[in-house]
Amino acid sequence: MAERKLRVATTSLAGCFGCHMSLLDIDERLFDLVQVVEFDRSPLTDIKHCGPCDLGLIEGGVCNAENVHVLREFRENCRILVAVGACAITGGVPALRNNIDLWDCFREVYQYEAGTAKGVLPNDPELPLPFDKVRPIYEVVHVDYYLPGCPPSADVFWKFVTDLVAGREPTLDREMLRYD
Amino acid sequence: MTHDEVATACALRHGRSPTKLLQVLRDVQAALGHLGADAIDAVARALGLPRVRVEATATFYHLLHAESHGVYEILFSDNIIDHMQGKNELLEYMCERMWLAPERVSEDGLVYVGSTSDIGLGDQGPAALVNGAPLPLLDHNRLDLIAGLIRNQKPLSEWPPMLFEVATNIRRGDVLLAEPHAPGSSVARVLEIGPQGMLEDLERASPRGRGGAGFKTAVKWAACRAAPGSARYVICNADEGEPGTFKDRVLLQAHADLVFDGMTVAARVVGAAHGILYLRGEYLFLVDALEAVLQRRRDDGLLGNRILGEPGFDFDIGIELGAGAYICGEESALIESAEGKAGRPRNRPPFPVTCGYLGQPTVVDNVETFACTAKIAVRGGAWFAAIGTPESTGTKLLSVSGDCARPGVYEYPFGVSVRRVLADCGAKRPHAVQVGGPSGTCLSWREFDRRIAFEDVPTAGAFMVFGRERDMFEVARNFTHFFAHESCGFCTPCRVGTSLLSNHMDKLAAGKGSAHDLTQMQRLMHIMLTMSHCGLGHTAAKPVVETMEKFPETYERRLQALDYEPAFDVDGALETARQITGRDDAFAHVDEDRS
Repeated sequence: MAERKLRVATTSLAGCFGCHMSLLDIDERLFDLVQVVEFDRSPLTDIKHCGPCDLGLIEGGVCNAENVHVLREFRENCRILVAVGACAITGGVPALRNNIDLWDCFREVYQYEAGTAKGVLPNDPELPLPFDKVRPIYEVVHVDYYLPGCPPSADVFWKFVTDLVAGREPTLDREMLRYD
Repeated sequence: MTHDEVATACALRHGRSPTKLLQVLRDVQAALGHLGADAIDAVARALGLPRVRVEATATFYHLLHAESHGVYEILFSDNIIDHMQGKNELLEYMCERMWLAPERVSEDGLVYVGSTSDIGLGDQGPAALVNGAPLPLLDHNRLDLIAGLIRNQKPLSEWPPMLFEVATNIRRGDVLLAEPHAPGSSVARVLEIGPQGMLEDLERASPRGRGGAGFKTAVKWAACRAAPGSARYVICNADEGEPGTFKDRVLLQAHADLVFDGMTVAARVVGAAHGILYLRGEYLFLVDALEAVLQRRRDDGLLGNRILGEPGFDFDIGIELGAGAYICGEESALIESAEGKAGRPRNRPPFPVTCGYLGQPTVVDNVETFACTAKIAVRGGAWFAAIGTPESTGTKLLSVSGDCARPGVYEYPFGVSVRRVLADCGAKRPHAVQVGGPSGTCLSWREFDRRIAFEDVPTAGAFMVFGRERDMFEVARNFTHFFAHESCGFCTPCRVGTSLLSNHMDKLAAGKGSAHDLTQMQRLMHIMLTMSHCGLGHTAAKPVVETMEKFPETYERRLQALDYEPAFDVDGALETARQITGRDDAFAHVDEDRS
C-alpha cells in the first residue's frame, strides 16, 4: 500500500446527505479505509475549506451561488472530481423546481404561504442566491467520474475508492450500475 | 357535426379498419383543425380501438397536432438549403407582418407560423406548406401577397394558382426521364415472359435499391415470391424524407405511369393483389393527380381484376399518406405506419420479404427502383446492365440543390464523377457536397473526383452543393437538429444521444465550446453508432464526424477554452434572483473575476 494516504474531500451541495450516509454504510470497512485515506474538507471533519486533494466527491446539484463557490474550490483543489448520486449527475429531486418560475417560487413561499411575514422577500447578503434552475454539476465544472444511484450503494463507494488506492482505473460491474 | 359524427364519417371512408388509423386521423384533423382530447376519444370509439393506441399514433407524427394551428398553418421548410436561401429571415418577416410569435397560433386564432423538416422542394426554396399545400420560391413579395390573402381570410382555392406551382426542373434526362414510356408496356411484357422470365431478366440487369441501402432487387423479389404467406403485398416507398432529396417527387409528378408499371410488374412476379403507394404527407399536393392516373389505369385494364385480360392477375394500388416522420422512410417503420401505428422500426430479422405488411411477405422498394424495373421489363436485363458500372448498373437520379446556377433533377449513368455533376449544374466555387443527405457522405473539394456509385459514393439521391463562403459547422449543426427532431424515441442511445449532440453543437455555436466538448461528442457518437436500434441512430452523428474530420478548422475556431467551458452563463443565471431580492453585493455574483 502506498505510504502516502489518499487525500479525500467530500461535500453535499443541493443534496440530502443520503449519499454521505451510504458512504458510511461501508460499516466496519471504515477502519480499513482510514488506513489508506485521510479526509480534508468534509462533513466528517468539519474542515471549512478544501486544500490540495487527490479525490473530491460531490453530492447534490448546483442550486445556488454558494454551491458554485464550493464546487469551484473543489475543482481547483482536487485532482479527480466525482459526481456522486442522481442529484449531482442530473439535478435530481431539487431540479423538480426547474419548471416553476423563480418569481412564483418566491411568492408562493414568502408571500402566499400562511405564517410568513407578508410581502417580505429575504434579501440578507448572507443568504445564497438561488439560480433560476438547478443544474447538474458537469454543467458548471469539468467532472472526471460519475457514480450513479440514489444513493450509490456502499459497495460502489468501496469499489471506486479501493480501485483508486490500488492505482487501477476505477470501473463498476454491471450489477453495481444502478440508477435507483 | 359533433366529433363523433366526424370521426365516424372518416372511419367509414376507410372501411372502419384499424390499420387505416393514420389515414383516419389525417382526415379528422383536416375536418376539425386539430386532434384534441375529444377528437382522439371519438376516433377511438369509431374504430373500436383503445384510446392509448390512437393517442400513440396521433402524437408520433409531426404534422398531426393536439392544439389548434389556426385557420392557416404555415410551415417553413427547415433544411440547411432553405436556411442558405434566407428561411429564418423570411419566417421572421412573416411573423412581423402578421403580428405573430413563431410556433404559436395568433391571438385571433387565424394563423400559425412554424418550421418543419425539409419538404422536398430544395430546388425551389425557400419553401413552405400552407395547410399542406406547397409554397415554393418564397420571397418578400410573395409573403406580402400571402399575408394579405390570410388577413382577408381567402380560402386556399381562391389564392393565385401560381403560388402553388411546383416545377419539375428536369435538367438532365437519361433512360428514365428522357425516353418515352407507353403506360402498361412493362405489364404486357411481363405477361409475355412470365414471372420467372422477369426474375431472370432482373438478375441479368442486377439493379440495386435506389433508396440508399442498395440491396439487390432480384434477390428481394425472389425471396418474397418464395416466402410462405396467405397474401403478398407490394409497397412503393415514396416517403422521401431525406433532406435535400426530391427526385421521387419529380418521378411521381412527371412519370407516375412508369412507377405504377414497376409496381404492377412486381405484383405479377411475387403474386401480390394489393399495392400501397406510401406517400409522405408533405406531398399531399400530388394525390389528386396520382389518383387520376390510377383511375385511368383501372379504366385501361392496367389495374383491377384480370389485368390486360389475364385470368387471375388481380392487382390494385391504394395511396396512403404519411404525416411528417422521417423515420417512416425506413421500410419496417413504413410498414408499421401503413398499419396505422407509430412509425417505429421493427426488429430485423424477420425482414419484410417474409414478414412485412400485416405479417405477410412484402416487397418494399423505392419509387425510382420501381421505375427502373418497369424499364427493365420492356428493354431487357442485358440492356440495363450495360448502363453504369458493373457494380452499379443503370442510372441514378440526383436531386441537386444549394449553391449552383441550375438546381433540379439530373439523371446520369452510375459512375459519374462529382466534378462532372458540379460542372453541369453550374456550381459556384464549390467547397463541399453533401451526397445522400444528412445520413450520406460529406465530400470536401479534395474529393470531387470520386464517383456516384455503390462501390464509391452511394446515394439515395440528394446532392447539396456548398460554396466556399458556407460554414460547414452550421451545415452539420442543422443536420444534427434534424436528427434530434426525427428520432422516433424508441431507443435511448438515439433519443438521448441526438439531443445531447445537438446541445453540444449549440454550445459550440454560442461560442462556449471547449476541447472537452469535442472529446465528449466523440464518446457520444461512438455510443450512438454502436448501440442504436436502427439506421437513424447509426448515422445521426455522421455529419459531425465527417465535418470534424474534413473541416476541423471550423470547429477549432469555436473553442473558447482548452479544458472546460460551461454551457450557460453561470452568473447570468442568478439575474432573476438578484431582481427578486434587489441585491447586487459580491455574494450575489459568481463571475470568477468579481467573487
